[in-house]
Amino acid sequence: MNEYIISKQVGKTLFEKIWNKHVVKTINGGPSVLYIDKHFIHEVTSPQAFNGLKKRGLGVLRPQQVIATADHNVPTINQHLPIKEELSRKQVEQLISNCANFGIELYGLGHPYQGIVHVIGPELGITQPGTTIVCGDSHTSTHGAFGAIAFGIGTSEVEMVLATQCLLQTRPKLMRINIEGNLNKGVVSKDIVLYIISKISASGATGYFVEYAGSAIRALSMEARMTICNMSIEMGARGGFIAPDETTFNYLKGRKFAPQSHEWDKQVAAWKELYTDQDAVFDKELFIDASEIEPMITYGTNPGMGIPVSGHIPSLNEVVDEDKSSFEKSLYYMGLQPGISLIGKKVDYVFIGSCTNSRIEDLRMVAAFVKGRKKSGDVEVWVVPGSKQVEQQAIEEGIDKIFSDAGFQLRQPGCSACLGMNEDKIPAGKYCISTSNRNFEGRQGPQARTLLASPLTAAVAAITGQVADVRDYL
Amino acid sequence: MMKKNINTIISTAVPLTVENVDTDQIIPARFLKGTTREGFGKNLFRDWRYKDDDDQKPRADFVLNNPAFSGRILVAAKNFGCGSSREHAAWALKDYGFDVVVSSFFADIFSNNALNNFLLPVLVSDSFLKLIFELIQNNPSEKLEVNLEKQIIRISSTGGEESFEINTYKKACLINGYDDIDYLLSLRNEIEEFEKARV
Repeated sequence: MNEYIISKQVGKTLFEKIWNKHVVKTINGGPSVLYIDKHFIHEVTSPQAFNGLKKRGLGVLRPQQVIATADHNVPTINQHLPIKEELSRKQVEQLISNCANFGIELYGLGHPYQGIVHVIGPELGITQPGTTIVCGDSHTSTHGAFGAIAFGIGTSEVEMVLATQCLLQTRPKLMRINIEGNLNKGVVSKDIVLYIISKISASGATGYFVEYAGSAIRALSMEARMTICNMSIEMGARGGFIAPDETTFNYLKGRKFAPQSHEWDKQVAAWKELYTDQDAVFDKELFIDASEIEPMITYGTNPGMGIPVSGHIPSLNEVVDEDKSSFEKSLYYMGLQPGISLIGKKVDYVFIGSCTNSRIEDLRMVAAFVKGRKKSGDVEVWVVPGSKQVEQQAIEEGIDKIFSDAGFQLRQPGCSACLGMNEDKIPAGKYCISTSNRNFEGRQGPQARTLLASPLTAAVAAITGQVADVRDYL
Repeated sequence: MMKKNINTIISTAVPLTVENVDTDQIIPARFLKGTTREGFGKNLFRDWRYKDDDDQKPRADFVLNNPAFSGRILVAAKNFGCGSSREHAAWALKDYGFDVVVSSFFADIFSNNALNNFLLPVLVSDSFLKLIFELIQNNPSEKLEVNLEKQIIRISSTGGEESFEINTYKKACLINGYDDIDYLLSLRNEIEEFEKARV
């Protein structure tokens, strides 16, 4: 990997083109007032924002630009029954009443469009190129896969957008990550993003928005692109995006809220103008050869602590002095030793889901691998689809049958064990191979130990009961 | 809401030397079920503070449980506040009693959330951070002085100081107790004009 730091500005980046079109005004020496096209909300980070509006006697300025769903807190079994956990139920009920009182469309439990907020936006065609999108959730960067400026915000900012459809934002620095060449067998988009983060660290892109470019990115499907943009925040970036192309247009065409008939052609013509000029210059650029990338797995407690599955955890003398105490603390939590290989490490749980990897292509990838195979006896395998539509599609394609034959549980949509806000928690001390985005201490439950990986690497762990190199099974 | 204007803060400080503190550590997801902004301080750093998820079992080795350290200033190692966008992290720190977090590197969303809650993130150099850690650990009664108006953080006993950056707009908001939302609401006409011009 080579790295260049450049400072001069010439042509325009895609980011600047979109940003400039959304600036209402700029405060002298301060931030810009940025207009927001679409605002997604969910039950956990919105109640205090609505309370703020009520306290100030304000309404929602553009309720038709706000889309709500219940995802973080919802159970993933028996969704037709009342939510058992009282505080979770109250949050979901408050979302229902806030949406009703403020005139916001809610795709709540029981609705055919319900699901993880970053899965439903794209699949409904709400997420579109050239737009600004926010949500009180750091993985809002997912929507950048369509060539949108999409980023996570805090609850005070949710309140601002509800009240004014605007936010005060300072323009971030820009980084481009170019990935050229062909991916190796068994390597998928999750491996690309885990590889990038392992190279630049969990804070390597803090202060930046990242544009992903290059032939390896162009070759990816929309869902694979979403996985990469989703984890931009895990390298510290506020957001990540990919210029729209035919793959983007083909994905969007015919979706529920995508432009229809003659409006479609007009929009596609405008979307085709959304690219970074050849002479545009970034604050920072990285170049990665796709053929360097192997199936990846994390061993530590931040997403930057990743290695090729075939590799080994760094030994102590490979870690620089100033990082040693964090490294040792992390390995102590994980119950792992420096210098070892993870191959053969026994796992207790496999979680296939989250806004990173719960789309139909992820489920198809796993199903194609496990068809005719059975899970290892003592491993618990949860597959949690990203939305009701993904769940329905999986059933129509017979994927549910493949999973049940393999001993996998296909559950109902939600964020689930990615963050363990509902009952789906990994018990203390247990190891979980997870297709989610964070391996922080306690993320999947108090004292739970998370190994992040691709759906394929998770699938092979489900079958063998241990960490394995999926390339040996293809 | 726990909002008030801030300007000069002189206080002892609590040193948290762990790097890459993510917001899941500051406040774990299972404690995000509140629907108001209050009361998150009791679960601040919950799983580092208590054993077995039991608030009757404090971990003696965690700095918040060390009676030697207290104050309105948290001094934290680099990349503080990474991960989830949960504003509950800022609410928990503020509710616990912190008005300032000092670090050599902050995650973006955390910084915004902190500023929106009148919790001042003070960005210092690696060497200054190292110096403060050493001083506080050697002498927990060491005081720090944070002067927002002058944008200076100073060590009371030695007079060693460093200036810090903050954008002028946010600085004015903090000193005067203004919200972004007050400002944005005042732009209603301009926002509507902007919308019309785009169609």
